[in-house]
Formats: sequence, C-alpha cells, structure tokens
Amino acid sequence: MTVKVLIPGPLRRYTANLESLELEGSSISEILADLTGRYGDLKKHLYNEDGKLRNFVNVYVNDEDIRDLNQQETSVQASDVISIVPSIAGGSSCA
Amino acid sequence: MLNPDIEKIELSKEEYERYSRHLILPEVGVEGQKKLKAASILCVGTGGLGAPLTMYLAAAGVGRIGLVDFDVVDASNLQRQIIHGTSWIGKPKIDSAEHRLKDINPYVEIVRYPVRLSSENALEIFKDYDIIIDGTDNFPTRYLVNDACVLLDKPNVYGSIFRFDGQATVFHYEDGPCYRCLYPEPPPPGLVPSCSEGGVLGILPGIIGVIQATEAVKIILGAGRTLKGRLLLYDALNMSFRELKLRKNPECPVCGTHPTVTSLIDYEEFCGIPQAKAEEEAAKATMGEITATELKQLLDQKADVVVIDVRNPDEFATTRIPGTTLVPLPTIEQGEGIEKIRSLVNGSDLVVHCRSGMRSAKALGILQTAGITGKNLKGGIHAWADEVDPSMPKV
Ligand SMILES: [Zn+2]
Repeated sequence: MTVKVLIPGPLRRYTANLESLELEGSSISEILADLTGRYGDLKKHLYNEDGKLRNFVNVYVNDEDIRDLNQQETSVQASDVISIVPSIAGGSSCA
Repeated sequence: MLNPDIEKIELSKEEYERYSRHLILPEVGVEGQKKLKAASILCVGTGGLGAPLTMYLAAAGVGRIGLVDFDVVDASNLQRQIIHGTSWIGKPKIDSAEHRLKDINPYVEIVRYPVRLSSENALEIFKDYDIIIDGTDNFPTRYLVNDACVLLDKPNVYGSIFRFDGQATVFHYEDGPCYRCLYPEPPPPGLVPSCSEGGVLGILPGIIGVIQATEAVKIILGAGRTLKGRLLLYDALNMSFRELKLRKNPECPVCGTHPTVTSLIDYEEFCGIPQAKAEEEAAKATMGEITATELKQLLDQKADVVVIDVRNPDEFATTRIPGTTLVPLPTIEQGEGIEKIRSLVNGSDLVVHCRSGMRSAKALGILQTAGITGKNLKGGIHAWADEVDPSMPKV
C-alpha cells in the first residue's frame, strides 16, 4: 500500500527537494523504513544511535501525533497523510 | 492584568479617537479596548518575529509592552526586522524598537530589558506580565521561555521560522500543552542549520509574528478560539496553512502530573551547547589554521595548495575566493565529498574554508578521520573580506 508523506522544508534537502512522497507500508515504522531506505541521509535526522525516533522530529497521521496513537506501530490507510514536523528555532536576529 | 475591573480604566478623548475602529467592533468595543489598555505583554527578542508583532500590539493599544533584547541593529537584519530602520544600524535594537513603538502609539508604556535572557533573570522579568511572546531564535532560550512560563503559570505565545516554513501555537494556556509536550528535547547543535546558514524569507517572520500578535490580543479580549492545543504550520512556498493536534503530555517534565523540572535549569547544557563547543575547540586544536593574509600570499606565490569552500552552492554563487572549489559540507558528511577532495588534493596542501570557520572545522574533522589533513582558514571568507578584499560583501 502506498501512502502520501509530506516532507517539511528543513528536510527537503535530503529528499532531492521533493515535498511529498508516495511511500510503501502499512505502519509508520514500515513507511519510515521505506523513506530512509530511499533517502539514507535522512536516517540520522529521524533516528538516534539506538534506533529510536528522535524527540525533536514529530510524526503525524493526518493531524494526530503518533505519540498519542500507537507510536511507530500506528497502522495507516491509503487515504492517510503522514507529516514529519521537525523542531525549528528561528525567529530573531539570526545574525 | 487580564480580566481587569473595567470600571476603573479610563480612555481619554484621544484614545477614543485613535481606537475608533476597534470600538465599533462588537468583539472589542470599549470594554475590550480597556482590557487591552490594562494588559501587559513581554516580547522576548525584537528581531524578525518581535519586530512586526510589537508594532501591531503597540498600535492596538496594549497598555504595557516589555522588550528583551541586547543585540545591535545590523544591515543584514533590515531585510525582515521592519521595526528597525537604516539610520539605526550599529545602535541597540531595544532603543530603535522603543523609538518606533512610541512613535506608533505614545499611549502605551514601553519597558526595556537590554539584557540576555537567562535562568537568573527570566522569572524576575516575566513575573510582571500577563502574556509572554517567544520571538527568540535559538533552542536554549525557547526552552527557558517555556519553563519560566510554566513555572509562573503564564501563557507562552510561540512562533518559529525556517527558510519558507513557520510554526505558531499558544503554549501553557488554560491547562493546555507546553513546548516540551510538543518537543521534549532539542536537536543536537549543528544538526539543523541556523538562519545565517540556511537563510529565511524576509516576509515569513511578518506572517508568523502577526499571528502571534493576533493570539495575544485574543487572549486579552477572551474572544474567539486560540491556537491552544493546535500547532499551525505555514508553508510560504505553497501558500498553505495546516494544523496538527497538540496534546498535553502527562509525563511532561515541566507541566506533567509529576514534574521533575521545578526551577529553571542550565539551558545551554540542556541543549548540548558546551559539549559541542568543547568538541569544536578540541578539533581546532589538532588541526592547523591559516590566516586570510597568509593564504593570499600562498596563492600569489602560486604555491601548490588546493582551497576548498564547504559552504552551500547559493553562498558560493554570491561571493567566493578566486580559484577555490566548492564541495558543500553535506556532501562531505555523506562521503562523496571526501573522495572528491581526496582526488583534488592528490599530494598538494589543503586549505578548507566556509563563512566564518565553523563548518570548515567540522569538514576538516571528518576529512581527518578519512586520512586527509588540511588547514582551516581562520575566520572564513569574512576574514578574507576584512584582510584581503574589502570590496567583497560579507554575506
Ligand atoms: Zn509540557
């Protein structure tokens, strides 16, 4: 099953500037595995050394945080849209 | 104060006239305008986000506006920080902001805090305000603002930007989630490029800052539905707004049921900044440095030296040192850049540079583990502009 995954601006440099991808999988972990399989450089941005999803990159199924669902084992349907939303800090001088 | 005794607040004839478009709006009216006058808002930072939002808050008649900023106005700020003008370059931002806000509305009180916000002063500064607005640009200060707001039980109106993307929400309002509920930890330093490396669309902070101002005004008026529990995402390139659900984490270390953070901590430490600095210093100590003047001499002598620029292609296209080759840091991190440099060097001496020397130090560290040694250009291309080519713009 393919599911639509939205790639945020800060991570698009690792996905050849693509803002949305159609990825294979029926759970979040399968979809993210497909994602990092295709774009290996994303791996260190999504997972820590222990292979756990990083705490400053949130994953949503439609508008729900997977932390409020079944974490990475959250199952998805073809009509779902997956969002990856990393922490950004910009706002002031940026000098 | 929020929910003040309306009977005790007076508006002058001039104020009635100034705020007439608010007064005829049922959601504001005289009562709402008096609430605005009684309210106090602290804005941390008068940069990209703070600039537009404080201008609108002053115009709207928020009675007391506090500003925290210790920076000076730089020419590169003016592309987006519209509160500051060209004649204020080199002067404190807080002076420039106060001057502009008083010109917009002399009926509001501006309180200045020309300091760097810290764990030592944050609670003392925040305690006198109804609402705190986070207009900062770095992770340590964002976690500091969040924790101080939770500890003092004040709403934290959040906005953040990167390139063409923005986020906004209201944290810790009416028992809603806080910043740590959204992001329990910051990214390690260096993983996410800063605005000075990554750039930002100048208009973007205008959009996000004005959303923050809108939320603050709604909290004061008690009108409408705030962004509490909703993370608003803005994508300027696609001109799209989306929202995601944001829930309070019962295990949140600061706002959860059993908080472990009960006083302000060392946020630099929390964000891994001292460790990253120490690693950087250690790496610098083992690799050689060369000054821009020395490099110029080598190039003039036609010495056998390869100069690699590890900035991004967009930066390279803007300014470059003549005769250098572009190998962006991400390609070195990914490995292909290492092999490219290995074949370019091929027995010659190697000098690596970036904008100011940070990314090139990182590149040299990676190259060193791959068996390639070289020198870092001290101060990067900015030092070249200072010492060798004053006509080169420092971008
Ligand atoms: Zn929390």
